[in-house]
Amino acid sequence: MAPALVWLTALMVVPCALMLALAFFRRGIYGGIDYTFTLENFGLVFDPLYASIFLKSARIAGTATLIAVVIGYAAAYAISAAPRRWQPVFLFFAVLPFWSNYLIRTYAWIVLLNREGLITQLLRWSGYTGEPPSMLYTEGAVIAGLVYNYLPFVILACYAPLSRLNPELAEASRDLGASAATTFRRVILPLTVPGIAAGAVFVFVLSIGNFVTPALLGGGRFQMIGNLVYDQFLTANDWPFGAALAMALIAIMLLVLMAQALAADRASGRAAQAVGGTDG
Amino acid sequence: MAERSPATRRTLWLVLSLVFAFLYIPIAVLVALSFNEGGLPTAWSGFSLKWYASLANNSAILSAALNTLIVALVSTAIATLLGTLLAIGVEMRRQYGKGLEALIFAPMIIPDIVLAIALLSFFSMLNLTMGLHTIILAHVVFNLAFVCSVVRARLKSFDWSIVEASADLGASAITTFRRVTLPVIAPAVIAGALLAFTLSVDEFIIAFFTAGAGRASTTLPMQIYAMIRFGITPEINALATIFMAVSITALTLSQRLNKGVIGQ
Repeated sequence: MAPALVWLTALMVVPCALMLALAFFRRGIYGGIDYTFTLENFGLVFDPLYASIFLKSARIAGTATLIAVVIGYAAAYAISAAPRRWQPVFLFFAVLPFWSNYLIRTYAWIVLLNREGLITQLLRWSGYTGEPPSMLYTEGAVIAGLVYNYLPFVILACYAPLSRLNPELAEASRDLGASAATTFRRVILPLTVPGIAAGAVFVFVLSIGNFVTPALLGGGRFQMIGNLVYDQFLTANDWPFGAALAMALIAIMLLVLMAQALAADRASGRAAQAVGGTDG
Repeated sequence: MAERSPATRRTLWLVLSLVFAFLYIPIAVLVALSFNEGGLPTAWSGFSLKWYASLANNSAILSAALNTLIVALVSTAIATLLGTLLAIGVEMRRQYGKGLEALIFAPMIIPDIVLAIALLSFFSMLNLTMGLHTIILAHVVFNLAFVCSVVRARLKSFDWSIVEASADLGASAITTFRRVTLPVIAPAVIAGALLAFTLSVDEFIIAFFTAGAGRASTTLPMQIYAMIRFGITPEINALATIFMAVSITALTLSQRLNKGVIGQ
């Protein structure tokens, strides 16, 4: 096992530590790195110009997460309600698109959304004669791409707790006089929160650092944190600032993961309450 | 749950159909258009394989495909060997710390872009010329993690007493590994290798940052990215279709060999 550990240390631990260190240096006058200690890169992260990109990224990632969770939960619920022997088949086909290349899945949306794409054609065919709506290179297109790419994972994450749910719980709730909506809200939903949280965190974390989807579906005019990091390293040649941005990105991810752990803890407590402490 | 009302059941089927339509229509359109005769990306003008033929004559794509194959094969070979040994080492000892666990899982969790720029900074500080070899070095990092976890899952149910028995009967450590341990874990090792191969073929961001300048070390995903940014051509549809077919086949195979370790 030693060679593997050496490999991981040399090509993961050391580079990551180095990048962390990089964030504390100054940018050289002609690009490159000037090895004097500074905190100004982190200060720059909070500069209104960049802070607004962080907020925008969070808004886009948040919207994509919300949509993916609603669709994914509905799909997982429908799968878990299907006949037992069909469930693995549905699940397999729900995850299958996820196994194809990310770029190709994103590209499929360009084909769908462009001015001469399927959606425009359908509109024409149904009698619409005006200008084709501009769907590509918008925030909506970026969100659609993110939802599409990460939806299968939400379905998997939500299906796990839904399929383990004891049907007797719902029955008991109904016997006690609860309506279907109340049963869902007070019994089913609390018990499946950990799955929802896991799926939501996955979508949010991968969306907020993404640079491929904004670059392709946002048409390059569209900046998210990932694109900003990309630009600092490959275009602006300001590596210290790029490293500080990457660190800020990781900090956001860690915060989200911690929030998830907290939410999962509280949810399992609440779920235990909801079913009288017999299940959790 | 047989006592759902017909209305509820209809709603559930409707939800399922809509979700599957959402998941498959974009891909289906892409695949259908790859067989479209006309040069126009969206108007159907008859079945044709000419875009597949034109791929075969596109030297940029062919050399990118060759690069991808080299990177995937070499990094898979290294990662499978090291990852299997790592899995055996970790599982045999049993008392490993949290630090080791974190080290092994980290590459699966660290965002691609962070690992990619960390490696870019590292390689250029070492003044290393970047190319296929740096992509391979980088790909082994995450492939290692995946191979290791697939093999470890298999080893969880491994009966270590047969290793002792083999040693008691006078077999050397190498003979025991070759004739006892390896045959038992072989399906997991192959599944891990297939997974590593597919991940490596598919991987874009890390390769993009660690490839260095110049077209010589362009991999297929990098080529696809460049083509997409340039605009839609029927050739990308054909390339995307082949690419998807290969990934999905390899992963389905890997999944079969190792009953459901991926997706979970």
